[in-house]
Amino acid sequence: MQRNIDIGLGQLSRELLTMAGYVEQAIEAATQGWQKRSMVKIKEVYSVEQKVNQAHLDIDDHSIKLLALHQPMAADLRTIVAIIKINSDLERMADLTVNIANNTEYFLLGEPLFDLKELSIMADETRLMVREVLDAFIRTDQVKAREVLLRDDTVDALKRKIVDGSVERMKTTADSITQGLNLILMAKNLERIGDHATNIAEDVIFMASGKDVRHGNDDKRGK
Amino acid sequence: MSSPQPILRVEELSAYFGQFEAVKNVTMEAMPHTVTALIGPSGCGKSTFIRCLNRLHEEVEGARAVGRVLLSGMDIYGHGVDPVVIRRKIGMVFQKPNPFPALSIFDNVAAGLRLAGIKRRSLLREVVEKSLRHAALWDEVKDKLDAPGTGRSGGQQQRLCIARALAVEPPVLLMDEPTSALDPISTAKIEELVMELKKEVTIVMVTHNMQQAARISDKTAFFLLGELVEFGDTSTVFTVPKEERTERYITGKFG
Repeated sequence: MQRNIDIGLGQLSRELLTMAGYVEQAIEAATQGWQKRSMVKIKEVYSVEQKVNQAHLDIDDHSIKLLALHQPMAADLRTIVAIIKINSDLERMADLTVNIANNTEYFLLGEPLFDLKELSIMADETRLMVREVLDAFIRTDQVKAREVLLRDDTVDALKRKIVDGSVERMKTTADSITQGLNLILMAKNLERIGDHATNIAEDVIFMASGKDVRHGNDDKRGK
Repeated sequence: MSSPQPILRVEELSAYFGQFEAVKNVTMEAMPHTVTALIGPSGCGKSTFIRCLNRLHEEVEGARAVGRVLLSGMDIYGHGVDPVVIRRKIGMVFQKPNPFPALSIFDNVAAGLRLAGIKRRSLLREVVEKSLRHAALWDEVKDKLDAPGTGRSGGQQQRLCIARALAVEPPVLLMDEPTSALDPISTAKIEELVMELKKEVTIVMVTHNMQQAARISDKTAFFLLGELVEFGDTSTVFTVPKEERTERYITGKFG
């Protein structure tokens, strides 16, 4: 038998998936922005972010109504709390994508001095993290959520590599500083998106098991 | 320093109606100044269980209880223990407010004391006022003490019953769905009162209202088919229950 709250929870999950789809679209558009040197794609990031903002407001509103009307407990409560937190993380991810679009605009001002292959790999990795962590959320799959936590190491390592490479280049070529600095910022913002994906993974683990694994608390709390 | 001792400890308690085992081998305890909520679907044995805690269960024909219930270490089912004395120490408030119909507000509260042989008017007056104050009813009835107890609103009648139970200063108070017949305002008053009362008495309460259990209890016990399925901190039981059956019940998947 379907409970009344299941209808609301199903609706909220669908809204969250749509929102995550926008975030993926924004990352993809930003990536194509630097790959194809396309202002159209960069502008797409800004317009997609507007949709994410609207979804952010709607999901919060619907979550609060669900809390007030159903006063959920246990797994239901953990699910709604997770949705509210994931909603905030997704909204921040979209903001960071806008930052990347801004950085890209500056980056594209001159002739390309840097190879962006690693940045593109990093963007693909980050986008996959978003997709997989939302997949873990929908399936209440903490094993998959833990895989996303591990993926973050790859993103962090790529960022380190991009930053080091850019710094070396900037040391020798003064003209490369504007591009190099913006490349570092793009990598930094992508890395932050990855961090938000790991926050979501931690929320999914809490939702699924009641274990709070944040801040290295794995296996210390919960059942 | 010795660790605090439970005021009430139930050991391997089973309760029967004839051959039917309504409560199955339950062990749990209540620490002083705590509120314990008993939850579970209708017919799960929680009311039978609470009625064993002051020997009311055995008043039903064919009913009996097996096991131990220790009040501050003393077994209330021990040889030669008078159930009437126990009921003075472990009071009970029922689902439906039941003030004595023929008695005034004053006499309702004083009834237990008079049964205990206290006759001095000044002492009765003192205790009645104190009990009504404790039950958060004094301000509403202090000018109507001679009016019949049954002439009040449902919420006031229930608080009168609580005052009546408190008059004999029981260390433990049992409540069997004390707010299920009350409107939300009266319910909120009783809940506030419970939070206040636990400073002085230990409370064990049956409730069908899960939010109520979550709001006011320190410990929650979940009963199912006569069995104590889970007993733990209320904050844990309602967020991360250990047992799948508890999870299913409190999220409304059965019951």
